[in-house]
Parts: sequence; C-alpha cells; structure tokens
Amino acid sequence: MPFPAGDTLLILPELFLTAAASFVLLWATFVSRPRERGLAFFSIGALAATGLLLFVSARMAGTLPRSAFGGMFAMDRFGLYFKGILLLVGIVTILFSLRFISVSPYPGGEYYGLILFSTVGMLFMASGTHLASIVVALELMALSQYVLAGYFKRETKSLEASAKYFVLGAFSSGVLIYGISLVYGAAGTLSLAGIATAFTTAKPPAFLVIGIIFVGCGMFFKIASAPFHVWAPDVYEGAPTPISAFFAVGPKLAAYAIFARIFFVGFGPRAGDWSAIIAASAALTMVVGNVGALMQTNVKRLLGYSSIGHAGYALLGLLAYGDASGIGLWSILVYLLAYAFMNLGAFGLVILLESKGYAGESVDDFNGLAAKNPWLAAAMLVFLLSLAGIPPTAGFVGKYFLFSAAMKAGWFWLSLLAVLMSAVSLFYYFRIARAMYLVEGEGTLHWREEPAVSAAIALCAAGTLAMGILPGPFVQFARTCLLPFGP
Amino acid sequence: MTAPFFFWFFAAIVVFGAVGVVAMRQPVHSALFLLLSFFGVAALFITLNAEFLAAVQVLVYAGGIMVLFLFTIMLVNIRRTAGQPYVHRQAGAALLVAFFLLAVVGGTIVASSRTSGLADAPADPAKLSTTTISRMMTETVDGKTVKTPVTEQVAGNSQAVAWGLYRDYLLPFEVASVFLLVAMIGAVVLGKRTMEHVD
Repeated sequence: MPFPAGDTLLILPELFLTAAASFVLLWATFVSRPRERGLAFFSIGALAATGLLLFVSARMAGTLPRSAFGGMFAMDRFGLYFKGILLLVGIVTILFSLRFISVSPYPGGEYYGLILFSTVGMLFMASGTHLASIVVALELMALSQYVLAGYFKRETKSLEASAKYFVLGAFSSGVLIYGISLVYGAAGTLSLAGIATAFTTAKPPAFLVIGIIFVGCGMFFKIASAPFHVWAPDVYEGAPTPISAFFAVGPKLAAYAIFARIFFVGFGPRAGDWSAIIAASAALTMVVGNVGALMQTNVKRLLGYSSIGHAGYALLGLLAYGDASGIGLWSILVYLLAYAFMNLGAFGLVILLESKGYAGESVDDFNGLAAKNPWLAAAMLVFLLSLAGIPPTAGFVGKYFLFSAAMKAGWFWLSLLAVLMSAVSLFYYFRIARAMYLVEGEGTLHWREEPAVSAAIALCAAGTLAMGILPGPFVQFARTCLLPFGP
Repeated sequence: MTAPFFFWFFAAIVVFGAVGVVAMRQPVHSALFLLLSFFGVAALFITLNAEFLAAVQVLVYAGGIMVLFLFTIMLVNIRRTAGQPYVHRQAGAALLVAFFLLAVVGGTIVASSRTSGLADAPADPAKLSTTTISRMMTETVDGKTVKTPVTEQVAGNSQAVAWGLYRDYLLPFEVASVFLLVAMIGAVVLGKRTMEHVD
C-alpha cells in the first residue's frame, strides 16, 4: 500500500459530495418537473452533510496539518476555513435558485448537479498543496461554471457569457499552466513545499521570475483583478442571476485560497520578485473596479465592477506576507468571509426584484423598496454599508484589518488609495440606497413570495451585522486558520 | 542494426500520411490518411520501447479521435469542393509560417545535438526496457513528515506510466475523472434541445 488508509479519510467530505452530485444527476432522470424541488433540498442537505463530514474527518485526523496522497492534498485549518465558507456559498446559491429555476424552461437536475460538482472542485482547490492537484481541481470548478453560465441557452446573453467565460478561462488556464511549467523547470518539482525548499537552498535560474509572473497573471484572471478583469462584468450580467451570485463569491474565494497557498508557501522565498507586481495590480484593480462601477445602470454589472474593486482590496493582504504575526493572511480570511456575506446578500435582493425579465436588472428595480418592504430595504442597506466599508458592518472590519496589514508592510500609498477608492464606492452604492428610500415605486413585495431567497438574505444580513458588531470571535478564529507552512 | 531501418520506414509512412491529409480533395480521404499517419507514429513509439504510448496512440487517436472525425464529416455533410481552387489563397502566408516553424524546430534540434550530443546517443532498446526509479516517499506520521528513499525496478514503459498515474498522481487522476464526467454532462446540457414542458 503506497498510501496509508487514513488518507482516504481525509478526503471523505469531497468523496461524499462527488457521490451526492452524481446521485442528483441520476435521480434527476426519474423526477418530474414539479418535483424538482426535492433535488434542490437534497443538494442543500448534501452540502450541509459535507460540512458535518469535514468536521468529523478533521477530528478523526488528529493533529493538523496532515498531508495525504504523497503531498497532493493537505488537511489544515486554512483549507477547512475556506471549505466551510464555500459550502455555505453553495447552500445560499441553491436557495437563490429554487424559484428561479422552477419558473424557467430549463431542467433543474443538471443545474444543481453542476453546482455540486463545481463545489467539489473548489473544495479540492482549498486543500491542494501540489500544483498538479490544484490545476485539475481548478479546471473541474471552472468547467462546471462555463456550463452554468450558459445554462439559460435560449438567452443570447447567457450564451455570450458562457462563451466569453470559456474562451478567456481556457486562455488564462493556458497562461497559468505555462507559468507552472517554467516553475517546474526551475524547481524540478510541482509540490509547493518542494518548490519552497528548492528556492531557499539553491539560486534559481533567471526564467523563474517569468514563471512566477505568468502564474500571477493566471491568478489575477481567476480573481478578476485588473488588467485581467474585463470578463467579469459581462459574465455576471449574462449568467442567470443566482449563478452570478455564485460566480462573484465561490470561485473568487477558492482562487484566493490557491493564490495565497501558491504565493505564500511555494513562492514565499521569492517574495521580492512578486510583491511589486501584486501591488501594481492591486492599485489598478481598485481604481478600475470602483471608477467603472460609477457609470453602470445595470445592477449586476454594477456589482460585477464592485467585486473587481473588492478583489483589489484583498490583494493588499498578500503584500503583508513578511509580517510575523500573519496579519496579511488572516486579514484576507476575515475579509473574504465578510465579502461572501455581503455580496451574496446584495445579489439576493437583485434576484428578488428582477422585473424586466432576463438580464434587464436595472438600479430602477430598487425604486421605492423601503415603502414596499422596509425589512428587505433595511437588509439591502446593511449590505451596501458593508460593501462601502462603513461601521458597524462586516465590510468595515474586513477593510480595517486589510488596510492596516498593508500599512504594516509599508505600503502607505496603496492603503491611502484604498481608502480613497472606498470613498468613491460610496457614490454608486448610495445610488441604490437613494432609489430604495427616496424614489417612489409601485407594487408590493412580501417575503412570502420568495421564502427561500428571503431566508438566505436574512442569513447573510445576520452574518454581516454579527461580524460588524462583534468582530472579536471571527478575527480570533481566522487567526487560528493560518497556513501551516506559512511565511 | 535494424532500428534505423524501421525508424526511416515508419517515419516515411508518417510523412506520407501527413502529406496525404492536406493533399486530398475529399475530407474522408484526408481522414483515412490521418489514420495511416497515426499508425506510423504508433509504430515509432514501439521502436522506442514505449509500448504503452503506442497502444494509447492506436486506441485514443486511431480509435476514438478518428471515429469522432469521421462522424463529424458525415454529420456536417461537407459538399464536394469541385469548383474551388486547389490551393487556398492564404497559401503564401501559410508557407511562410510553416518555414518559420521548421527553422525554429530544426534550429533547436541542431543546437541541442551540438551541445549535448543527443543525436549521437545510441537508441538501445535493451537499456530502456528496465528502468530503475528511485524516489523519495513522503509520509506523514504523527504530524511529522518522514521521507524514506524507495528504489524500484520498473520493467517497461507501461509499468512506469502506471506507477505515475495510480500512485504518484492518484488524486489528480481521480479528480480528472470527475472533470471528464462534468465535461460530458456539460456538452449534453448545452447541446440538447431545450426541454418543453411535458409532465
């Protein structure tokens, strides 16, 4: 036996979710259209059970971190933290989709199955400690998403989103893998720990820098940071709205997990080579995302640009790689949790209010929401405050630690730019707030019309507020989830 | 010294097949020439003692991909290209690019053979038939990473591939199988006609 039997125990949650996803596909062939809700509830149950299994297998694994399958996979608290959030994102996405899919002419079985398969890919990404397993997991996630983006295939915009996402995603994967091949040439191994030792002991060849830049460019594309961000608003606009919510959060979190792992663990000894590139991209991303959002009238595009801006803020944490307290990493962890809550919540409101049919969501949809339903308007206000980074919300806490991490690392001008761009973001977020509270609207909206979406929104609002009012426990928890082989 | 004879024989078949692919007017004929070329490449793999690659070449390329090509040719029903000129009008540009590529590849081969003596290295199949693989086995025991050197006599190429796929890269290999499943489902989802409501 080349691998101890315990290795299988470590990937038990992923195995279970893969089996559940396959089961959903099989079951879908026997289920009539009105009963497809059962598939959705089964998928939610499977995601929740996977979360439970994560807990169980982490307990049974004993002392963490543990490595499995010859260094391909690691079970550590860093990965577990991401996996917990990713499973939550999957559950919220399915809650968002329940009615959306049932009133559409498209079948639900493959839809839910693909969400689960995509989540499997993301779980493997969060644990990948070898560039081969990371790339394969990344592609599993991405391929499911190309299909989900084009799932509403009678809609031209959906197909356009799928095609753009596919072509650019495949291209960026090519760039990433080319970079990896150069890194392999320099280090002689693809294992992250091996790369790190190869670079600390010997002087690497000059082309390694090119390899690191290419890997960085591939990662920039995956997190949609400038100058590789152009696809994001188009894809978010064209994809079915619950899938846009999924795209804005899930893949970005998973990409940040591998970004941090590859650059902190693998390329950590070469930090001098890459910090300037990340700083440049962070600056550009914050400006492009926030200025681009100013001119948008479509809410999905607006949130797309805003999520580009947020990707830029999170890059600040990567710059604080050298800090002994690990603030660079845990500030990213705190921020991404806040990001998940507030973005999912905001997209939930968009789903609730879609009035003009497919991909016609405008800021005007929010007109007079406060009169129609004060609770939903209040929830949206919380998400907007949080996105803009105003206390007492999760977004403020996340940004506060990220910016102070960048300050500690000596990037004053970048922190200043980040604060400035947060001020710019107030303009466009408050266009939505203005529409809700100051503009007259028509019709009524009761939460009972969309109980699943409303429940998901309530969950996100509770998370956003809890993190904002009582950040202590969240921060303490994130601080225990650092990379085991960190800088 | 039979190896050079077989190399030149099969190499000639490969090139002949490749020329046939672009020279034929009928797409089906081109596809059949491609098949010939694939078989030639498989035979070349055998002369290099890479029998696993040879089998994969025949199964995957000559088998799977070829059938896919023929299906596509049948399904899209390409009309006879009788009236069209034999040489495409972009032929000049294509020729230029092809010669550039030839220069780059040829130059690389010449340069590398000068420095490392690659061209002079005797292709001795007997030496290649058993390969000694020594590697570091990494295991985690009680939270500590323990490395033990392992040396294995691996007979033949297919066994080496198997060790790679089913031991060293087992996890990515399994994830890739899920990936292929998703690719298949995705193709069906996007390709099939939209379901009308029939309950």
